[in-house]
Formats: sequence, structure tokens, C-alpha cells
Amino acid sequence: MEKRVTFKGWLLPLLLIAPQVIVSAVFFFYPAEQAVWQSLFIPDPFGLSMQWVGLDNFRFLLSDPYYRASFVTTAIFSTLVTLVSLIPALFLAVLADRLIKGAGAYRTLLIWPYAVAPAVAGVLWLFMFNTRVGVVAWYLGRLGYDWNHVLNEAEAMGLVVVASSWGRISYNFLFFFAALQAIPKSVIEAAAIDGARFWRRFWTIVLPLLSPTTFFLLVVNIVYAFFETFGVIHTITSGGPQQATTILVYKVYADGFVGQDLGSSAAQSVILLVVVGLLTVIQFRFIERRVHY
Amino acid sequence: MQRQLMAALVAGAALATPAMAQTELQFWHAFSGRLGELVEAQVADFNASQDDWKVVATSKGNYSETLNAGIAAFRAGEQPDILMVFEVGTATMMNAQGAIRPVQEVMEAADVDFDPDAFIGAVKGYYTTTDGEMLSFPFNSSTPVLWVNRDALEEAGIDPDVDLTTWEQVGEVLDQLKEAGSTCPMTTAWQSWIHLENLSAYHDVPFATEENGFGGTATELVFNADPQVTHIANLGQWAKDGKFIYAGRRNEGGANFRAGECALFTESSAGYAGIADEAQFDFDVRPLPYYEGVGNAPQNTIIGGASLWIMAGQPEDHYQGVAEFLSYLASAPVQAQWHQDTGYLPVTQAAADATREAGFYEENPGTDIAVIQMTANEPTANSKGIRLGSFDQIRTIIDEELEAVWAGDKDAQAALDSAVERGNQLLRRFERASN
Repeated sequence: MEKRVTFKGWLLPLLLIAPQVIVSAVFFFYPAEQAVWQSLFIPDPFGLSMQWVGLDNFRFLLSDPYYRASFVTTAIFSTLVTLVSLIPALFLAVLADRLIKGAGAYRTLLIWPYAVAPAVAGVLWLFMFNTRVGVVAWYLGRLGYDWNHVLNEAEAMGLVVVASSWGRISYNFLFFFAALQAIPKSVIEAAAIDGARFWRRFWTIVLPLLSPTTFFLLVVNIVYAFFETFGVIHTITSGGPQQATTILVYKVYADGFVGQDLGSSAAQSVILLVVVGLLTVIQFRFIERRVHY
Repeated sequence: MQRQLMAALVAGAALATPAMAQTELQFWHAFSGRLGELVEAQVADFNASQDDWKVVATSKGNYSETLNAGIAAFRAGEQPDILMVFEVGTATMMNAQGAIRPVQEVMEAADVDFDPDAFIGAVKGYYTTTDGEMLSFPFNSSTPVLWVNRDALEEAGIDPDVDLTTWEQVGEVLDQLKEAGSTCPMTTAWQSWIHLENLSAYHDVPFATEENGFGGTATELVFNADPQVTHIANLGQWAKDGKFIYAGRRNEGGANFRAGECALFTESSAGYAGIADEAQFDFDVRPLPYYEGVGNAPQNTIIGGASLWIMAGQPEDHYQGVAEFLSYLASAPVQAQWHQDTGYLPVTQAAADATREAGFYEENPGTDIAVIQMTANEPTANSKGIRLGSFDQIRTIIDEELEAVWAGDKDAQAALDSAVERGNQLLRRFERASN
């Protein structure tokens, strides 16, 4: 049964949604419209002249095998970031939920990394894995493993995934932890009395009850991996070695803000917008059906 | 007591002066650390030398970020008076004719001493149109040289004065170093700049058509020929054998060299400040090696670094101040000091002469190598510089393709062919944008 609140008149409802509408208009609709418009031109960097090229920017991009390869890189990167930031978060949340003493301290410590800006996190991880002075790289060397993310594509990908996920684990932890606390203890106790062990209770009760949160985090983390990770990529690998870590959003940044090719950059933003839009629609249509509210 | 009173009076006077018609000039640069301090010192000296102008220097991050900040500011109508742009951004600035004012025009309109011919040819040529008009002010210019860790050679049983004039000789020394157990016989900074752009100029072969882009935007890359392919193939083999250690796209290799790990290091002459500061070993500077008998080697190497661009759209009276400031920077004592402090080239002949007369080169052997290497021959169409649109992106493409060679994924010819093809696509886009 759906709950409905009915307002008298339309002034109050308009007023209530106004902030969200204004924020969306200023920070989303206006820039998005500008991006679509600019993607049809090749402008010079200083904005002195613009040349109408129709869909040429898109044609140029989609005929470029390196750009198409960047979709695959992005898919791998986003999947890994989502998994690496969700699974440990859930694990830590389950542990913290069972704590009796010192829960507050653990919670605070676990949330801490979220306060670190992505670019700073990138520098920290880079420092640890620096092929010359990095602590981790040095220990790996002692174990006989020659760490070199400057040339090894898989290692570079691993490093940017970990650096991008690290702060997100805290964010996800927070949501999982809150969701776990909201699960009625009586349900779990009843199952325990029926003889269900921890793992069985987890799979059959806890996980399904967490599904709305998990779904929300899945969407939010994929959007994060697509859009907000360029700071980490920029500080750690600059998209290299070769194009191993050139994800779509980093290419938008590199072509637009470093290469001053604003037409191509705008076209890439539009493509990215469409891709993430489609992904979100797919998630809501197909995955949300399995969510129990 | 009296001294304190005096100090207070002087301080009061100093505080009072800016209230009198002093005009602020904004100068955005890309230096931090030691170089940032040296720029601040130059600006402070200029400000102290006169009462009409107050130059305010602001660091806007690295080269790319500074250029980007300048462009964004111009679009918002808040551009600085002077913007530092690295050599790679030269074509972008040249094609933005409504956004800049040619240095020569501003200097001639103002009442200052300025002689474009006082600048060293190879430096001036880089920032001058084919019609001979100087567009920007050469500020910091450097050129690649070979840095040698003498102690590392000695440890490997090699004479530290061994001849390293040619790449063949370097190859033999690398073999010996490797055999003696060196973990890093050679590393490099700025691979595209040193091992492709300068390699081409040094052997007097084209990097791109249309006089390396000086002739117009219809230029095409042509570095997938010889000696470039041979050289990259050699480096690729050395990388495979562990004789050439790749540290990164920028100057990451500098840390390895300064820490004493690497025996040889190809890097800008401006690496001097950092190496002299940190190296705990005996080092020296050699000219960049070349291939004997290939092209016209050794022709001359080309510059890297940055120049100062005068932005359009400021109140008319600012340009007098800008001209005075640039004239001050170009003066022989200021240039000579800058050259000696940083290892950047002296951009005027007078500064080079002043440095020599002061005995600096005898006290610091090797610091004149870069000057000699740059000025040994009159620059040719292939060696006066490179002026390409989207050059920053083209360098990224080159970096990517070279990494494929170092990792053993591609051979040199395939990688350079691919770099040329991908780079040419960007050049065609740039040509379209600027016509």
C-alpha cells in the first residue's frame, strides 16, 4: 500500500522541491547542456572562435581504436573498484556490528580514510609503492618480487584500483553498518534458536535485508568509479603505462584540461553521460527487481 | 632606542609608498621549490629597483596547470599581464592572436632598451615567427645533456673519463656496467624530448614536415624513420637487458640518479641545481651522445623550458610596466645570475660572456657544455625547434608508444609508426581549429 501526502495548494510543494531543482539546474542541467552544445564544435582554447563540425567530434572518437579500448579499461576498472570497495566494507561492517566493547573507536578509525581527498590518497599510495623508495615495493623486493607499476600494466591497474577504493571502503562501511544495526535483533535471535549458524543466518537473513543498501551502494560506487577517480589516476599513473589506466573520465580531463581540445573533451563527456545513464537504467530495471525493501 | 625609531620610520615609509600610484602587474609562473624562490627574488629586486610598478608573482602549479589557468582566466576576462608557457604550448599561444601581444611589439612601443638580436639564436628562433617577429620572451631555456656518476663508473672498473661522445661508446660502457653488477646503468628524463625531438635535431633530420611545424599547421610527423627507429630499438634492447631503466614519463629518473643508483642519466641541463644540491658523489656533465656519421651530427640540440607571453586585454598603461620588467629580466647581470643559479641557459650572449668572464665555468666545469652544444652550429630548419599544435597530447602518445617498446610489447618501428599515425590525427584537428 502506498502512502500519499496531499498538499493543499502548490506553493509549499514547489518551495520544498525548489532547492533540489535549483541545484540540479545550476550544477547539472546547465553544464550538461553546454557540453552537448560544445561537442558540436572545434573551438580554439581561448574561446576566440568556434567552428561548427556537427557530429565530427563523435565520429573522430568512435573511429579511434584507442578510445574504444578505453571503454574496456573503464569497465574493468569500475568493476574492480566497486568490488574492492564493497566487499571489505561489508566484511568490516559485520565485524564492527558484533563488537561489544570499543565499537565507537573502531568505527571512527574505519571511517577516517573517507576524509582523505582522492588526489592525496593517490600520492600516499604512490609513495608506498614507489619503485625506488616505496616501503611496500621494498618489502616485495625482499620477497623476490620486482614491483614496477611504471611498466607493468596489471600492477598499475591494481595500484589505482586499490588507491581509488581505499577511501570508498569507509563510505560503504558507514552505510552497511547503519543497515546492519537496523536489522531487528529478534529475527536473528529466532533463527539462532532454530539452530542456524552464523553463515547461514548471514546468507538467508542479513544479506537479503541489506539488499536495498547494497543496491544503493552499487549504483553510487559505479558512478564514483566512472567520474571521481581521475585525481587518483592523475597522481599515480597519468593513464599509463601505455594506456593501461586511461579510463574515460581521465581522458576527458587530459584532452580538455591538458590538451586544450575542448571539442573532443565535450564530446567525451556526452558519451560518458550516456554510458552512465544507461548503466543506471539497467541497474534499476534488472537488479532492483531482486531487491527486497 | 634610536635605531628602533629609525627602523620604524623606514618601515613606515616603505608601507606608505605603495599608496602612491604604483600599478600592480600579475605574473603567473610554473615554478616551485628552489626555482620558485629564485623567481621571487628576481621579482623582489625589480620591485625594489623602481617605484612605478609592483610585479606580483604567483605560482599556478606545473607547466600544464599554469597554461590551463591562464587560458581559463582569459576566458573569464581575468588574465594576468604575463603568463609563463612551456615550449610545448608555443603553437597554442601563437595561434591565439587575439589573446596575446607580441613581445617585440610591446617592447618597441614602450620606452625601454630591447634588442631581439641580443638573444642566442637557437633560443630566439624558437619563439620567433618565420617573419622574424619575436612573440614571447625566452625566460628559462635548457637543453639535454648526459649526466655521469663518476664514482659509479669507477666502482665498475671503468675510467671515469671514458669517452662517451657517441651512443656506440655509451653502449659499450653500459655493457661493462651491467657486467659489474650495476642495477641501473642508465636512466632518462623526458624521453620524447631527449630521445626523439633532440635526437632528430642533433642529427639534422626532421621530426615533422614544414620545418618541424614552423612553416605552418599543415605539418606531419615523420620521426618513424632513421636514426630515430635505430635509436629507440637500441634503447629497447638496453631496457630488455636491464641496462636502461625506465623510471617514468617526466623526470622521475632524477631521483634514482641523485641517489647514486644510476651511472648515466640523460636529463635537461637545468637538472644542475638539484643534482649539485643532492648528489653525494662525484658527477660531471657530458654533451648528449650521437651516432657518428649519421645525418649532420652533432648539429645542435634544441631547447626546452618556457617563455613569457604578454596577455592582451589589460589597461594600456600596464604594457609599459611589463616592458620594463622584461627588459630588467633580459639584462646581463640578472640573466647571468639566473644561468649560474639554475643551470638554465643564459638567453643572451651578454649573459654568457659575463658568466665566462666571472670565471664561473672554470669553477664549475661542465656548466658550459649545454651552451656550447646549443650554439656550436647555426640552427637548420631541422634544429631550430619544434612547433606543433596539441604537442602535449602528442607527447603523451609518444610516451605510451615508447612504454610499449620498453615493456617489450612492440618493436621500435611499429611503435613509432603508430605514434606518427595517432599524432597526425591530432595535428589535423589542430589545423582545423586554428583555420
